[in-house]
Order: sequence, then structure tokens, then C-alpha cells
Amino acid sequence: MIGHFSYIVTVFLMVAGLYILIACSNLIKKLVGLSIFQTSVYLLYIVPGKLVGGTAPIISPQYTVYSNPLPHVLILTAIVVGVATLALGLALAVRIREAYGSIEEDEILARDHAVIATEAANEEPL
Amino acid sequence: MAIAVLTLLLTRNLFSVIVLSGIYSFLMATILVALDAVDVAMTEASVGAGISTVLLLGALSLCKSEEATPAHKPWLPLAVSLSVGALLVYGALGLPGFNDTAAPMHQNVVPRYMQNEVDVPNVVTAVLASFRGYDTLGETTVVFTAGAGLIALLRRRKKIEPVESGRKDDA
Repeated sequence: MIGHFSYIVTVFLMVAGLYILIACSNLIKKLVGLSIFQTSVYLLYIVPGKLVGGTAPIISPQYTVYSNPLPHVLILTAIVVGVATLALGLALAVRIREAYGSIEEDEILARDHAVIATEAANEEPL
Repeated sequence: MAIAVLTLLLTRNLFSVIVLSGIYSFLMATILVALDAVDVAMTEASVGAGISTVLLLGALSLCKSEEATPAHKPWLPLAVSLSVGALLVYGALGLPGFNDTAAPMHQNVVPRYMQNEVDVPNVVTAVLASFRGYDTLGETTVVFTAGAGLIALLRRRKKIEPVESGRKDDA
């Protein structure tokens, strides 16, 4: 169980991110939740690569034990892709704000339903 | 870090949420240094704590900074995320434990990477640019697509452009 403590931490962060993502109706806060979820995935990859007594994977004659470099490479890619996703999501949020005047999911849905209701009411007499 | 996340969960002011997420990213970078992932920590500190925060603040300046109080009780999301968490813990118990040198991830290609074939002492750089160069190509494709999407979404606005160019410097 001690050996799996790091996984418990990772899962806690993941669950917190997921909860923010589902429960908060504000689009910007949702995106922050998404990035927390992402950082928990970084931990999930990097923690198993660590070896106790090892150093960072930079070859040097003084050291013989290194941590695993492969997850580091994968996560470097993931960080950059994550920030690209975040930028795109924020651009969408800004456009939604322009179109609806709000970034609260509930208000956006309410407005959509109101528009559908008025359209239905306008079409009935015809 | 748990405190930062929990406060973030409960805060309604979006400005504090963004600052807290920056603090969280710096804490994450510290943990990554402790886990020997120095390259990742550097990227996380500059991209996660720097550029993400700038992007979020840029978007916030165009939006309202208070979150509305939720209209409904959060029991369903709480139940969903807790059950997902329970499943993940159950799955994680089957994974190799911490500091297990016999784990499959230390066995297959990694010993070859450590032989310093491409004569770059930093193995992370060697793997990123040489052994797994196609990954980096795919990553630049994703960043290019995101940049194209951003321009398509925000073309009519002139105000957002500094934020956008900041993101491209990172690419």
C-alpha cells in the first residue's frame, strides 16, 4: 500500500479536476479543472520512472543510476499540447461570451431554450 | 498542493482561481524536480505556470470575473467523480509499486536510450529529437492546428492578438 501512495495522490488530483470540470458551470473554471486533470496525468507517468538514489537522466561518469527518461519525453509533448488545447478552449469561451454575453453554462442553456421557445411560438400561427 | 486544489474548488472569484492554478503549477514543478524530471519541471514552470496563467488572465479580461452560484446541488457530479476515483484506485493497486526496477517500463527500450548512442548527454533531449522525433513532429502539427483554430475563432478581434502571439512563441 505504501508503494502505491503516489497513485492515490494522482487519483485525488484527477478526481478533483474531474469534479471541477463537471460541477462548475463557469467555462473558465472548467478549463482550469481540465488543466488540473492534465497535471495529474503528468504525475501518473513520471512517478513510476523515478528510481530512489537515481539522478536526472543526464549522462555523467559520476553516476550510474538514472531515472527513466521516456516518460519525461512523453510528458514534455503533453504539456505543450495541453497549453494549445487550453488556448483553443479559452478562444471558444471568449467567442461564446461575445455571442451570448455570458460564460456560465446554465445561463447559456437557458438562453438557448428561450430562443427555441420563442421560435416555436412564432411558428405556431402559420 | 491538495490545499491549493481544494481552495480552487471552492473559490468563486475567477481571478483567485487563476492565481491559485499558477501556484498549483509551481508546486507541481517542484515535485517534478524532486522526481528527477528536470526538463519537465522547467517546461511546467514556464508553460504551465507562465503562459497558461497569461492566457487565462487574457481571457478573463474579456469576461466577467465572478462565477455565478450554482443553480443545482452538486451531488451527481460528486458521485460520478468519486466512483471514477474508486475505480482508478482499484486499477492502480494492480500497477507495479514505487521504485520497482523490475517494472516493464525500465526494461524494454530504455537501457538502449541510456547508452548515449546519439552523443547527447541529456537523454531526454536525445530521445525527444532523435529516437522519438515523429512525436515532436505530431506535437508541432497539433500546435499549428490550434494556432490556425485560434486565428479562425478570433479573426475579427484585434484586442486578443498579443495573447495569441505569446502562445506561438512557446511553440
